[in-house]
Amino acid sequence: MTVLEQQATFDCRQAFAEELSALARQDERIVAICNDSVGSSNLVGFREEFPDRLINVGIAEQELVGLAAGLANAGKIPFVCAAAPFLTGRALEQIKADVAYSEAHVVLCGQSPGMAYGELGPTHHSIEDLSWVRAVANLDVIVPADPVQTRLAVRWAAASSRPSYLRIPRFKVPAVTPADAPFEPRRAVLLRDGDDVTVIAIGSLTSRALQAADRLSEEGVSVRVLNMPFIEPLDLDSVLAAARETRGIVTAEEATISGGLGAAVAAAVVTNHPAPMRILGVPRVFAPTGDTAFLLDHFGLSADGIAEAVRSLLSHG
Amino acid sequence: MTLLPAAPRPAREYRQVAERVRTGGDQTAAAELNRISTEVRRSIITMIERAKLGHIGGDLSVTDILVTCFYAVLSVDPEQPDWERRDRFVLSKGHCAAALYSTLAHCGFFDTGELATFMAPLSALNGHPNKVKVPGVETNTGALGHGLPVATGCAVGAKLDGASWRTVVVMGDGELQEGSNWEAAMAASHQGLSNLTAVIDRNRLQQGARTEDTNRLEPLAERWHSFGWEVREVDGHDHLALRAALRGSDTGKPVVVIANTIKGKGVSFMEDRVEWHHKVPTSEQVEAALAELAR
Repeated sequence: MTVLEQQATFDCRQAFAEELSALARQDERIVAICNDSVGSSNLVGFREEFPDRLINVGIAEQELVGLAAGLANAGKIPFVCAAAPFLTGRALEQIKADVAYSEAHVVLCGQSPGMAYGELGPTHHSIEDLSWVRAVANLDVIVPADPVQTRLAVRWAAASSRPSYLRIPRFKVPAVTPADAPFEPRRAVLLRDGDDVTVIAIGSLTSRALQAADRLSEEGVSVRVLNMPFIEPLDLDSVLAAARETRGIVTAEEATISGGLGAAVAAAVVTNHPAPMRILGVPRVFAPTGDTAFLLDHFGLSADGIAEAVRSLLSHG
Repeated sequence: MTLLPAAPRPAREYRQVAERVRTGGDQTAAAELNRISTEVRRSIITMIERAKLGHIGGDLSVTDILVTCFYAVLSVDPEQPDWERRDRFVLSKGHCAAALYSTLAHCGFFDTGELATFMAPLSALNGHPNKVKVPGVETNTGALGHGLPVATGCAVGAKLDGASWRTVVVMGDGELQEGSNWEAAMAASHQGLSNLTAVIDRNRLQQGARTEDTNRLEPLAERWHSFGWEVREVDGHDHLALRAALRGSDTGKPVVVIANTIKGKGVSFMEDRVEWHHKVPTSEQVEAALAELAR
């Protein structure tokens, strides 16, 4: 076991809720909107402290997002807290028209994304969300990797005045963000330098990328590990530096490979500096039954899977 | 592109006319609102003739509602479109943008000369309204069933602040087939949004056929009533009746005004005919329409 594997792990929803309450104490424009998701979005404390500023519309996602856009029009900063699959799938047109196109300062917080709801199955998985929201113009897409980035994301989204989508992990992850790490658009976080291959990982896959780098290091392979909290707008400079300076790029995300991080990196690389790549994620299938850890391993979204992709890239280009 | 600038002279005239409408007695109000509605209808015909595109039938059915809202009901300042305490107006049936643009330009939100660019390449005046470019637009509509949910958010925001400004949303009748409206109708009632008024342009026609032959809306008043709204029904071409119906809530509930209208109102050969949903008139038809609207 590496040191990382022995670390404590965190459900980022707690950091999210604590930071949102802290922010609400400082700024009375902050309001939370949810769809019968007070518990699953960890908003019980927020409701107790700010009963008037938590609006629960019930199980009605179109109203959820439309109402948030109206609140932004009225001068509030709404944080929409809802399970990611229903927030993005059910209300995508509201996200596009009422929020992004209307330039409404709404913070869309997709809770329990990816395959966090494991055994509940594909209706409750949110592996398409990154593809969907990336396709919408004027919407920043932020995927925190740990509690530190979750707190930074909440602060950044409130201060930015732009519409954003935050993907708040539920699957427990270790802390990965160094103390002095940047958190801003177009800025990757360099977690480990290396010159053979670059692994770019987001969210729950970040710590797994570090574990893979540890294992490969024992084999004499030097891996650069980048974390990309902002998928939109992407850090093109770091991506292209990786394409130039290392022999290829492996991307890893808890999402479908159709349109997420891997697709964003691939488009940048192939347009500007073609380099071999491996895109790790969920292929275009609905997941079988299993808990989150099982499903991540099943789709090769593990330290072993990432290490294998790096070896393949080095062997075959 | 930034927001179109206000037109100071029309804005001054708007303030004067709105003042006369609000304080000058019923006869004055009716005469002024009729006059402006005719001007707006004439602009709509001209805009659609030039653009060779547009939704003329619904534009003409909603005109009297728009003019009544802006001249007799809403508290807005065309020279300060982002004034915090303004009343919020949302046109949910965004395809009737020509009617909205024409009304806003008459109020001085922007220059009437801009209307000639309707749907031309790079114009601020898209086929559906864009708040980033057009002052007086609160949210971007066009996809149906979006206005009422956003309006509920405006109304909740005002309530949270204890502010007295109100929110008025104008919807098409056909768009009530979108389920999002009923999500919002439930929420508005549950949240006690007495500061929210929805107006339904009940012209009974949608793009392809009559609403009642497509996906029945009746009993419409009873449906809204059962969702917990205060329901008022009115002739949607009677300005004074509209003005009265647009008063604040009497019951503490959100208010819906079912405004019975005629699609294509004001141009005899367009009235209540489904094909005039988005048909473009020939030059002879434009001439005939403008002649009727000159009377």
